[in-house]
Amino acid sequence: MNVTLEGETVVALKPVFGYLHRNHEKLAEGMSYLGSMPYTDRLDYICPLTNNWAYALAVEKLAGIEVPERAEYLRVILAELTRIQNHAAFLGFVLGDMGAWGTALMYAFRERERILDFFEELTGARMMVNFMRFGGCRWDTPAGWLEEVRKFVKGVPNFLDEMEKLLVENEILLARLVGVAPLSGKRAIEGGLSGPPLRASGVDYDIRKVDAYGIYSRFRFRIPRGEYGDCYDRFMIRIHEARESVEILKQALDEIPEGPVLNPKIKQRGFRPPPGEVYARLEAPKGELGFHIISDGTDRPYRYRVRPPSLINLTLLEEMCIGAKIADVMVILGSIDIVLGEVDR
Amino acid sequence: MKSSYEQLEMELRPHGVFVTSLEEIYNWGRKNSLWPLQFGLACCAIEMIATAASRFDIARFGAEVFRPSPRQADLMIVAGTVTKKMAPQVVRLYNQMPEPKYVIAMGACAISGGPFKEGYNVLKGIDRYIPVDVSIPGCPPRPEALLEGLIKLQEKIARERLLCNEAARSTTSAQPSEYPVPNYGANDLDPPYNSSVFHPPPIHVGD
Repeated sequence: MNVTLEGETVVALKPVFGYLHRNHEKLAEGMSYLGSMPYTDRLDYICPLTNNWAYALAVEKLAGIEVPERAEYLRVILAELTRIQNHAAFLGFVLGDMGAWGTALMYAFRERERILDFFEELTGARMMVNFMRFGGCRWDTPAGWLEEVRKFVKGVPNFLDEMEKLLVENEILLARLVGVAPLSGKRAIEGGLSGPPLRASGVDYDIRKVDAYGIYSRFRFRIPRGEYGDCYDRFMIRIHEARESVEILKQALDEIPEGPVLNPKIKQRGFRPPPGEVYARLEAPKGELGFHIISDGTDRPYRYRVRPPSLINLTLLEEMCIGAKIADVMVILGSIDIVLGEVDR
Repeated sequence: MKSSYEQLEMELRPHGVFVTSLEEIYNWGRKNSLWPLQFGLACCAIEMIATAASRFDIARFGAEVFRPSPRQADLMIVAGTVTKKMAPQVVRLYNQMPEPKYVIAMGACAISGGPFKEGYNVLKGIDRYIPVDVSIPGCPPRPEALLEGLIKLQEKIARERLLCNEAARSTTSAQPSEYPVPNYGANDLDPPYNSSVFHPPPIHVGD
């Protein structure tokens, strides 16, 4: 970022992108549809499973593939676990950036490691899972996995209480967060924001409700909203969202049926969708993650475009930072929750 | 046949006297308090943070003091994809670190470009510009792998000599401690690699 200061007050700010531009889109146009799946893990590398799902969703929409019931439930379970671990890591990172060096991160990563254990048990990898396939998931859960997840999910609210206590009862933290960089709902919509920063400004917009992709229409959950759109709201909304994720997880774990997890009719390798154009999106932990794919009927996409939530949530960064103190810039940037792998792609 | 030094050591130990060489105690101190430079480039940085966090706890190996300034760091963990736009900054950070300094290339991207090797904006390994001591494969390597790499580096440090022909790089002026920073040009990095550090593998074309 190039920041212009007057004393300690920010008068201009310009984000500079491209330091992690890894040519994701260009590479994807040169390889098969399935070949791009591992690369989507590395977009938003804190939550690879939602990226996998967004890509699979786009290709399924393009080719009109049906997904078995059990796979839909499994996807919801994995996406909500991802959301919890992303929000936990977010709180740890940003509190660390604010000077609570280490402590908050230790608590957050304790919880995150437990979720990564589940991912590892299921997919074989901690972070780069490469688990979704067109028309389902790669394989079924190992024996007892769902039981273990159920046990873990019961304990998540305790962790969230602990984190919330850390946020609500710490006077220094409140002084750093309350009233910093408020953003009105109108501006947030004009800026194209999505996900937690949009909802923190009081806008009731969650793609899980709006689109009800997958089987989200079957679950009862609320959409938490902030009131003032300041940094404090943007922090607290993550805690509340994680609580709602726990509710979804409980329902999904109770209702998950037996059955296959992969549509057997789909040939994964050498996959050729019909020619056409598609945009599919879902509510990733950071906002609206969309994939725009143009197919010309060959085994490679003609055009492949990612709509990353992190990049577009940065549009209002300058507006939020102008007038703030230099020390607050870090907090404001952190409260948007960006991942550079997704910003630059 | 034991050396005279080892004989002396064995003789004195029952009496509660420990002898050591300057080299040994110097290396022992250095290897157990490596201060890494706190910077991450991509996915591997998250695993680096996980290594520093509660479960894996890099503090057990004395390397938990992540310094935000290169002037205070001994170890550079290149964690993640180095793009061509980022490479000059990484080399500059390396140059700003005081000797003795070490480099760990963490993950496939830092070693060779990894899965993004075909990309036009990705540097095919940081060893093109700075010397790398330990390479840790993986995408990303698990925290245990990073710890293993750290142990390997500690072993390397423990073997370093101070005053002789094979003296460590930091003690001699034969090898530079700074390397030229590449220029982020219009088409590519200029030069594409530093020929004093990186030797491309010879290509044998059949008869």
